[in-house]
Amino acid sequence: MTTKNMTNAGLPENEMPKNELSARDWSVHPPYFCETYKSTVLRSPRQKLIPIDHTLSETSGPGYGEPSIGTLGPDLTKSAVKNGLPLGERIIVGGRVLGEDGRPVPHTLLEIWQANAAGRYVHEADQHDAPLDPNFLGAGRCVTDADGRYSFISIKPGAYPWLNHPNAWRPAHIHFSLLGPSFSTRLITQMFFPGDPLLPLDPIYNAVPDEEARSRLVCDFSIELTKPQWALGYSFDIVLRGKRATPMEI
Amino acid sequence: MALKQTASQTIGPFFRYCLTPESYGHAGIAGASLQAPGLKGEKIRIAGRIFDGAAAPVTDAVVEIWQADAEGVYPETAEPGKFAGFGRTGTDASGQFQFDTIKPGTVPGRGNAWQAPHIGVIVAARGMLGHIFTRLYFADEEVANAQDQVLASVPADRRRTLIATRGADGVYRFDIYLQGDDETVFFDV
Ligand SMILES: [Fe+3]
Repeated sequence: MTTKNMTNAGLPENEMPKNELSARDWSVHPPYFCETYKSTVLRSPRQKLIPIDHTLSETSGPGYGEPSIGTLGPDLTKSAVKNGLPLGERIIVGGRVLGEDGRPVPHTLLEIWQANAAGRYVHEADQHDAPLDPNFLGAGRCVTDADGRYSFISIKPGAYPWLNHPNAWRPAHIHFSLLGPSFSTRLITQMFFPGDPLLPLDPIYNAVPDEEARSRLVCDFSIELTKPQWALGYSFDIVLRGKRATPMEI
Repeated sequence: MALKQTASQTIGPFFRYCLTPESYGHAGIAGASLQAPGLKGEKIRIAGRIFDGAAAPVTDAVVEIWQADAEGVYPETAEPGKFAGFGRTGTDASGQFQFDTIKPGTVPGRGNAWQAPHIGVIVAARGMLGHIFTRLYFADEEVANAQDQVLASVPADRRRTLIATRGADGVYRFDIYLQGDDETVFFDV
């Protein structure tokens, strides 16, 4: 350790909070205001965000794991069965949750929700003229293992219309919510499916400024995750903010 | 850094049956009360409304809070029945949210500094391509607030947007303006 290793605040390195995180990468995250996504017009902050030098308040976070699964588990085809299996194409989705440094994020909770095969959400505000499935809720939770691996079983969601612009349809997608290791690693995102013709027309997907970052929101078909005589598999890795590289590692 | 972060996307309008699913017959991972039996500290209620740039209430947002306990300690694991430091609730038809919790203690800041009691706040909603972070401070902590490094980094004329004031009913009010003349200070955390 040398005296060169000073933080912005001029504090010696040994007084920096443990687990200080890398910055939110604004080259991959969409801006709050997106002209083509109408709801952002009145809901986007216009003042510049003020940076916080990380303290324990940012680097600590709620540790949700296995005990939080409760009644919403990793098999969305089973959790709401009333009189039969849900309709639609059964799928297996799996992948890893990693930090930017490539290290797995173990024992962390994922919350997932989606429309049913007909493109209808259970949510009371969804008025899409498509059938609800009595055997499908569309919400689940799973936890990564020691290697950061997760998987869940579901039904391939349908596309659904929205009122953003004339003849607007959301491409098929699954919503993901993760807290990760700290309050600052919080990520809410959506996973899309390969080859969806609606992707180039979707303002939400296209709000991600970087093409490579955008394409990483699209899962890959995976023959390894596919189970013979049972379901197609899709792989989707999620990268959360990692630990900031220490000057030694640069 | 070998990998790039996964991009954020909006939470959309239809998250409730997963994230705050009580009305759909399932327990959420966290709710609007952080209080637990035997928990030390002053019990408080925080309530606020969220407004958009046209001063219309945001009725479909989710609000999450993260705070230390009364001794300024952040819990490391979330175990059912214990203080998790984390709460989550949705806004109602008037854009209002409410948490029952305890007042957090002072927590370590950078260097040898201490931070005034505060609560981290996240808001996500349809129309927000990323969630936003802010901090809630307490109006009755004037001395500690005056020494807080994060508050000091905020332009003086905007600091009031971060300070919850206690009404005659004892409730701390913390309204959040996503946009407009009274726009709340949001942080790049
Ligand atoms: Fe959706």
